[in-house]
Amino acid sequence: MSTETPGASTDAPIRVLLAKPTHDCHDRGVRLVARRFRDAGFEVIFTNFLLTEEIVNTAIEEDVDVIGVSVSAGGHMPIFEDLLSGLHSNGLDDVMILGGGVIPHDDERTLKAMGVAAIFGPGTSAEDARNLIVQKFGGTVEA
Amino acid sequence: MRRKPRDADYYRQQLLQGDRVALARAISAIENERADTRAVYQAIAGHANRAHVIGVTGAPGSGKSSLVNALIQEFRARGQKLGVVAVDPSSPFSGGAILGDRIRMSDHGADPGVFIRSLAARGHLGGLSRATARVVDVMDAAGMDIIIVETVGTGQSEVEVMEIAQSVVVVCAPGLGDEIQAVKAGILEIADILVVNKADLPDAERTARQLRDAAGLASSRDDKVPIVKTTAISSEGVAELMQYLDDRFAGFDEARRSDAALERMRKIVTGAASHRLSEWLQRLDTDEFDTICNSVLRGELDIDDAAIASARLALTIESEKD
Ligand SMILES: Nc1nc2c(ncn2[C@@H]2O[C@H](COP(=O)(O)OP(=O)(O)OP(=O)(O)O)[C@@H](O)[C@H]2O)c(=O)[nH]1
Ligand SMILES: [Mg+2]
Repeated sequence: MSTETPGASTDAPIRVLLAKPTHDCHDRGVRLVARRFRDAGFEVIFTNFLLTEEIVNTAIEEDVDVIGVSVSAGGHMPIFEDLLSGLHSNGLDDVMILGGGVIPHDDERTLKAMGVAAIFGPGTSAEDARNLIVQKFGGTVEA
Repeated sequence: MRRKPRDADYYRQQLLQGDRVALARAISAIENERADTRAVYQAIAGHANRAHVIGVTGAPGSGKSSLVNALIQEFRARGQKLGVVAVDPSSPFSGGAILGDRIRMSDHGADPGVFIRSLAARGHLGGLSRATARVVDVMDAAGMDIIIVETVGTGQSEVEVMEIAQSVVVVCAPGLGDEIQAVKAGILEIADILVVNKADLPDAERTARQLRDAAGLASSRDDKVPIVKTTAISSEGVAELMQYLDDRFAGFDEARRSDAALERMRKIVTGAASHRLSEWLQRLDTDEFDTICNSVLRGELDIDDAAIASARLALTIESEKD
């Protein structure tokens, strides 16, 4: 008999945490992205946060591959700084970080240098984000 | 890129000490049946069967997650550690899922005494995912005092939770028109405690009355199922619910608890065995199997007999491989 675990699957669904600040009312965009990601076969955990610590904690509990944070009301720099250092101190450096919302160009450059994989601002599509994730974690994309 | 598998020593050292990263990885290992799934089982062997497992089920939108949020609050106030497993449906088309239960539990996002995990049903029917029972065991081994399992919430045939929980809370709410539906789906029979949530709404009393009648009819048990009215969003009535839960758990002596463990293990093994068997059947590619299927096509054999014959065939072939 084979020693392989029964039903061992190499293609476990990609898990994505989508988080937005509790007081950010603009969640239509995030909900749309969540649906697109679901349709791409991802398991999407959807949550609100007040503290960046909550994103880190949720990412740990949900064992996600990707974190997407959407900030449209400003204050994005400290959020991403805290997020990256929180993930690092928990040994979660392999999680892909994506940003969404309105983020100025200069900040975008700084964030990317810090380790944020990409920023999806206005004019970008959920498909771009999906493709980036699939590129990194594998899996097939259906049109 | 996926994370590298860990060995039993890692899980023994980290998971049993309650390390959150290890717990999360162990749950993924179990869900995905990876190379280190067995290591997790080895590590937790003999360490489960301690926690009070509470199932929360009921119609969509009845307030299950909000009620779980309120329960977490109360249990935390007593200093108990909690694990929460929230199951949501997977899309039958893409296999993906939107897991949104924890949005209602966000009061506890940064509390190290609470560990919430969202699971997708991944095509499994019955309100849970295939791995849920084992995820509960892992949380138990990681030192959780209370483990709450929120089912998918179709309000239909979600009776599986009964097999993994010592206390099943069925949540109803006014305005959903689900009282009768719940009776039909056999949901009321599995309730150890019935909750009428959204007691702040005008129709709550009427719902409670209908439920009392329905539960009286549905219950084949001699012990009466309590009905508690709650308002999850203000925690009203939640202390009373806690009292019932505590009483139940206090009544669970060692013997009943290990009965429950045996029941759960039967479930787990049955699930694993049927998974194995269907795998073996999918590998069946023999003339003998074709003969069976052709007999069904010609109307000489019915499907049930064919199923039994093919299962026997698969079993024979696989056991010869040893
Ligand atoms: N008025 C009132 N609304 C409530 C109460 N509890 C929950 N709600 C609301 O009911 C809606 C559904 O609540 P959830 O907790 O998400 O319900 P659920 O049963 O977990 O829903 P699913 O997981 O989608 O099946 C939300 O808008 C809640 O704010 C309550 O006690 N009173
Ligand atoms: Mg819910």
